[in-house]
Amino acid sequence: MEVTTKSMPYGDWKDNEYIEGMVNELKANGVNVVVGSLDKLINWGRSNSIWPLTFATSCCGIEFISLGAARYDMARFGWEVARSSPRQADFMMVAGTIVHRMAPVVRRLYDQLAEPKYVIATGGCAISGGPFRHSYHVVKGVGEIIPVDVYCPGCPPRPEAMIYAIMQLSRKIKVERFFGGVNRQEKQQDFLKNHPLDKMTD
Amino acid sequence: MANLQAIVAEKFPEAEIVNGETLELNVPDAKWHSLATMLKDEFGFDNLTALIGMDWGDLLGVVYYLTNTSTWEMVRVKVTTADRVKPMLHSITDLYAVAGIYEREVYDFYGIIFINHPDMRRLFLRNDWVGFPFRKDYDANPEVNPVRLDHEKVDDVTVSYVETAPGKIEKRKVEIFSPEQFVVNIGPQHPATHGVLRLRTAVDGETITKIDLYLGYIHRGIEKLCEGLTYPQTLHFTDRLDYLSAMINRHALCLCVEKAMNIEVPRRAQVIRVMMDELMRISSHLLAIGTFCMDLGATTMLFYPLRERETILDILERTTGARMTFNYNCIGGVIADLDPNFQTDVKKLLEIMPKAIKEYNKVFTGNVIAHNRMDGVGVLSDPDAKDYNCTGPTGRASGWACDIRKRHPYGIYSELQFEEVVRHEGDSMARFKARISEMEQSCRILAQLVDQIPEGDICAKVPKIIKLPEGHWFQQVEACRGAFGVYIESAGGNQPLRVKFNSPGFCLAGAVDHLTRGEKIADLITIGGSLDYVVPDIDR
Repeated sequence: MEVTTKSMPYGDWKDNEYIEGMVNELKANGVNVVVGSLDKLINWGRSNSIWPLTFATSCCGIEFISLGAARYDMARFGWEVARSSPRQADFMMVAGTIVHRMAPVVRRLYDQLAEPKYVIATGGCAISGGPFRHSYHVVKGVGEIIPVDVYCPGCPPRPEAMIYAIMQLSRKIKVERFFGGVNRQEKQQDFLKNHPLDKMTD
Repeated sequence: MANLQAIVAEKFPEAEIVNGETLELNVPDAKWHSLATMLKDEFGFDNLTALIGMDWGDLLGVVYYLTNTSTWEMVRVKVTTADRVKPMLHSITDLYAVAGIYEREVYDFYGIIFINHPDMRRLFLRNDWVGFPFRKDYDANPEVNPVRLDHEKVDDVTVSYVETAPGKIEKRKVEIFSPEQFVVNIGPQHPATHGVLRLRTAVDGETITKIDLYLGYIHRGIEKLCEGLTYPQTLHFTDRLDYLSAMINRHALCLCVEKAMNIEVPRRAQVIRVMMDELMRISSHLLAIGTFCMDLGATTMLFYPLRERETILDILERTTGARMTFNYNCIGGVIADLDPNFQTDVKKLLEIMPKAIKEYNKVFTGNVIAHNRMDGVGVLSDPDAKDYNCTGPTGRASGWACDIRKRHPYGIYSELQFEEVVRHEGDSMARFKARISEMEQSCRILAQLVDQIPEGDICAKVPKIIKLPEGHWFQQVEACRGAFGVYIESAGGNQPLRVKFNSPGFCLAGAVDHLTRGEKIADLITIGGSLDYVVPDIDR
């Protein structure tokens, strides 16, 4: 099965084997035709209207603004509805360095996102700490505190790279099972089990 | 200055006077407050430009840079303490309002307690953080300070160390918010705070009574990282401080290192640097007015300036290869030569800009809603601008002529014809208009230089291993948001002992409480937008 989006031919994607693996997993956990068709319909709808949470800490956030402006115009893909409240957003674009003081806030925002939810780690800092990796106050990648679906490298990534990352996410959404949770739900639960919240003080 | 030197020598015989880059006074802590009072009242040093915490290994201390805003003379004062267990120095918050936030920063990084400071809390780090990270003996083991996922407790009470009699210090509890006050939390994730700034706002109905500022949600410890790197390696951090004036910040650090090494930068590189700075300034102001107008609800005014900004980013990208974080300036000059089409591109831009500015004025500046939202909101007076060290368009909108390009000209700015934009209203509208006028002046500078780029080298010959002699240097430049200062102290060798980036946004954030008191809560967004701070610049 060739999973792609309307705007890009299948051969142009860089990591088709990864998506193929997900397709195989989907096939191995087969369901009846009604649920399967419903899944396909729902995923088609969801993958074409993923709403980001406006969450930017540094440079990458400015490129995200450029992404929303006229030249890169993310409205073409159905992502322009950037929400300021996590309750209304589908995915979180972690754009910028995450530091110790910010970590609990990021985790809380992630917890507040309504299911199904996704995370894109944008830029070197969110992926691994980037140029600030050796700092005493920088989290070495947002993947340490929340599960990440797509990594988008760059310092900061160009808006084109961000478009590629979000399209990659919509591909991933297409190969998951909305009813039953193949391809993501279990992994997410595992992650949260392994990274429990500390005692809450307020 | 000679007069000042004589009087200080007479009145403060303990003070050690050195004639360096600026006049340097080393005083014991006990005499510091009276010296500061004299400098401010009798010699007109009414602006605290920088306050830098230091750890020399055996001594802890603070270096102050004071400016006389009428003559623009600078004086440097050094105050030290040998006590590393509970170091204490006297605060000057009663003389300079900006010292309030500066001294909290030093307390946070070095653990130096300031006597008589009204609010001795940590500023950037969590209040359960162990140790003081900028001390040379700080334990950087991640097990001491792991990534904590619990929320820190918010304090409504802080401490203050008050000197009741000479030598007698009493620890007192000070209330930040009383239990009766209604406190609204704004941030750190809020679309209108321009980044991850957190403001705990006490409101009475719709009126703001007090704001308690929480910083550090993007504190990356850049200055500490610099201490472990060689000078060329530290350069890239400046691009990521205030990423909207990346070129200018890097220019400042390069100038400071060049000053220390006595490197003569080739003329071509100097012209290129100034042109890049001005392109950067236009692009930053475009984004500033765009986001500001969007905060006020004018979405169209975000898209129009961003359209022109893309044109500038294209010009910069053709030469440097990046849209942001350019990594273009280097010690001795610039890293790569200009794109062959650079001049044609800039000329095209200069044709577009006047029309574009006219369009912005037509769409927004004359709009009655804009006037209602911005006129008379968040008025900053001239003395307050100096007191809070609000430089850049903010200070100049209040009538303080503080453009470093005019006051302490660097590069080739002294040869250029441009006006310093000064307005006198001091409100949000004035700050907005000051930015628009500054773009016109930047275009004027570009027009003067675009046909005058001389041929020649783009970089001076610098040694392979860059070593700075023992000493200290302070260099200011006019960044997009105000005076950006770089302080380097070197003990010799290829790594700095201390690098301090004295960012304009930090002081602007310190003035938010003062500016918003008595204003409506909706105006908080207007004021924040008009100050145009960039949070990674505040937090560093």
